[in-house]
Amino acid sequence: MSDNVLIEARDLSVHYPLRGKSLFGPVQVVRAVENINLDVGKGNFFGLVGESGSGKTTLGKALLKAAPITRGTVNYNDGEEQFDLTNLTTAELKNYRKRAQLIFQDPYAALSPRMTVRDIIAEPLEVMGLTSSREETDERVREIAAKCRLNLEHLRRFPHAFSGGQRQRISIARALVSKPQFVVADESVAALDVSIQADVLNLLKEIQQEMGLTFLFISHDLSVVAHICDHVAVMYLGRLVETAPTRELFANPRHPYTKALLSAIPSLDPDDRGKAQKLEGEIPSPTNQPSGCKFHTRCPFVTDQCRKEEPILQHSSNGHEVACHRWEELMV
Amino acid sequence: MTRLLDVENLTLQFDTDEGRITAVDNVSFSLEAGEVMGLVGESGSGKSVTAKSVMKLNPSNAIYGEQTKITLHLDSGPVDIMSLKTSTDLQVVRGGAISMIFQEPMASFAPAISIGNQMVEQLLIHSDMNEKQATELSIEMLDRVGISDASTRFKQYAFELSGGMRQRAMIAMALSTKPKLLIADEPTTALDVTIQAQVIDLMKDLVTDFGMGIIFITHDLGVIAQTADKVAVMYLGRLVEQGSVRDVIRHPAHPYTKGLIAALPQLDDLDTPLTPIPGDIPSPLERPPGCVFNTRCSAILGDVCKQSIPKFATVTDEHQVACHLYNEGASK
Repeated sequence: MSDNVLIEARDLSVHYPLRGKSLFGPVQVVRAVENINLDVGKGNFFGLVGESGSGKTTLGKALLKAAPITRGTVNYNDGEEQFDLTNLTTAELKNYRKRAQLIFQDPYAALSPRMTVRDIIAEPLEVMGLTSSREETDERVREIAAKCRLNLEHLRRFPHAFSGGQRQRISIARALVSKPQFVVADESVAALDVSIQADVLNLLKEIQQEMGLTFLFISHDLSVVAHICDHVAVMYLGRLVETAPTRELFANPRHPYTKALLSAIPSLDPDDRGKAQKLEGEIPSPTNQPSGCKFHTRCPFVTDQCRKEEPILQHSSNGHEVACHRWEELMV
Repeated sequence: MTRLLDVENLTLQFDTDEGRITAVDNVSFSLEAGEVMGLVGESGSGKSVTAKSVMKLNPSNAIYGEQTKITLHLDSGPVDIMSLKTSTDLQVVRGGAISMIFQEPMASFAPAISIGNQMVEQLLIHSDMNEKQATELSIEMLDRVGISDASTRFKQYAFELSGGMRQRAMIAMALSTKPKLLIADEPTTALDVTIQAQVIDLMKDLVTDFGMGIIFITHDLGVIAQTADKVAVMYLGRLVEQGSVRDVIRHPAHPYTKGLIAALPQLDDLDTPLTPIPGDIPSPLERPPGCVFNTRCSAILGDVCKQSIPKFATVTDEHQVACHLYNEGASK
C-alpha cells in the first residue's frame, strides 16, 4: 500500500442474502457491491457518483466498516494508525470509529430533537471518551462549532429552531468533532436548496483543506461533484465503471454510461433542448443481474462480446481508468 | 393563443397554532392554452400552494384573500374557481379540467388498489365512459407514455413498478381525462437524471399532442430551461420576476434570480467558485417588511427596500421584475 493512499479496497464485494423469498430454492443474493478496486488518496476529495441502486452508499458504508464485507480486503493507513477492516477486534473498531466518520443526507432526520446543539455535537466526544472533563469537551465543541460557522447562541438551542442549511452545519460539526481523518459524506447536500447548497459545499471544502481531511463524497449530482471533488469514480450496478481526476473525467468521459449521465443533465440553455443522448430503460435489479457488462442492456454500443464478457477496470492515460470493451474505438 | 387561466391577486394565509402565516401574497399570472409555465423557488417559497389554489386543493385552514380571483377558461365558458364551494362543484375542475402530477409517485398511488383500477375509477367519475371503454383508454394511455406490456402493468400495483415507471403511470393517469390544465409538482425531482431526461422528453411530446397548458413546479432551473415557455420566480410567497424562459435565464433581473443562477453548479464552468446566497429563507412567521428578499439581498438600496413593497417594472415586453432597482415610484 503506497504512502499517499489512505484507504485501499481490493476485490471488495458486499452481498446481502434475501431471506424469505423462496423456502427451498437457492437463496437469492443482492450483489450490492462487486469486485471493487479503489484507492482513496490522503487529503483527497473523492467523489462517488451513480444512479440510485448503483451501490454507492453500500460502498461508502463498507469503507466505514458499517456494511458486511463479503469478500476482498479494505486497508486503512493514515501514517499513525492502520487497520485491516476485514479483521478488526472490537477495540480496534472503536479506534477506527474515531478516525472515520459519516455525514448523513437528511439533516432533519439525523439530529435528535430532544438534545441541544451543544449536546449533539459533544456526544461523540463523550461516547468515545476523547475528553477528560466537561471544560475540555466544551472547548472542543466551541472550536468545531466556530469552524462550522455556528455561534455560542446556537449551541444552547434545539435543532427545530434551525433551517436546513444550519442543521447540516450541525451534522458536519458532530461528524468532525472527534477529529477524524476520513469522512464519508453521503448525499450531504441533496436535501438542501440550491442557494444553501453552495454554502455547505464551500464549507466542506474549506474545512477539508484546513484540517487536511480525506472525503468520500457520495452524490447523484454530477455538477456538484464536478465542482467540489478532485477525483471521481462512477458506479453502475455495484461496479466501478470509470475513475479519473475530475477535470479529466468531465473533459474526456470514456465509458458510455458516464457520457450518458453527463448528457442527461438538463442544460441551462433553453435553445439546447433535445440534444441530449438519451439512455433507454432503467438500472437492472441487483438480484437478477445481466451477464457480461452490466451496462449492456442500456448501452447504445453493445456487441456480442459485451453480452458475454465482463470488462475489467483498466488504466488508460492521465490517471483515467475505464471498464469498457470498446472505449478506445468509441473515442474516435 | 387562447387564454386558459387567469390568477389575479392570489393571497393565501394559513391559520396555525403559531399564528397566521402568509403563504402567498398578491400573486397574479396567466397561462395560455398549450403554454408551459415554470414556477421556480426554494422550499417555503409558496410555489406548491399557489398551484394547488387553482384547484382549491389546500387544507381547510387556508384563508383566501378577498381580492383573489381565479378564472379557468373552458370551452363551455369561464369558471370562477373561488365561487366553487362544495366538493361536488369542485369535481368539475379537480381531475376533470385540471389534473395534477405529484412529486412522489409511490405516495400518490393507493398501495392496495391496482394501477388499472385507479385509472378506471377516475375515468368513470369524470367522463361518461363505461368500464370497458375506460379500461381500453387506460391501457392505451399506459402504452402512450412508453410503458411496455401495458395490459400486464395495468393489473399491477404501485410497488411492482420502478420509480420511473410509476411516474409514467402517474402521467398516463393524469392525462387520460384529457385535462385542459396540468399541474406538475416537482414531477422529476425524485428520479435519477437519466430517468428524468426520459420523463421530460415524454412530457414535451405530450404537450405537443394534447395541447394543454402546464404549470411546472420545480426548484431546478435546468429542468425549467428544458421544458418551459415562460418562468415565474417566487420568493417567500411573492412573485419576484416573470418572463419568457430565455429572458429570465439569460438575463435575470432580480437579485434573487441572479443569485439562484450563480449558486447553481454548472458543468461548463468549473473555475468560478460557487456563490451562495447569504443567509436563509426567513420563516413565514417572520416575513420581512418591504421587499421580502431584503434580508439576503446583495444589491440592497437602503430603507426603500425595507419599507416599501416593490411594484412590477417592465424590463422588456415579456419580462417583468419586482425590485426597487428597476422602479422609482414604489408604493408604501
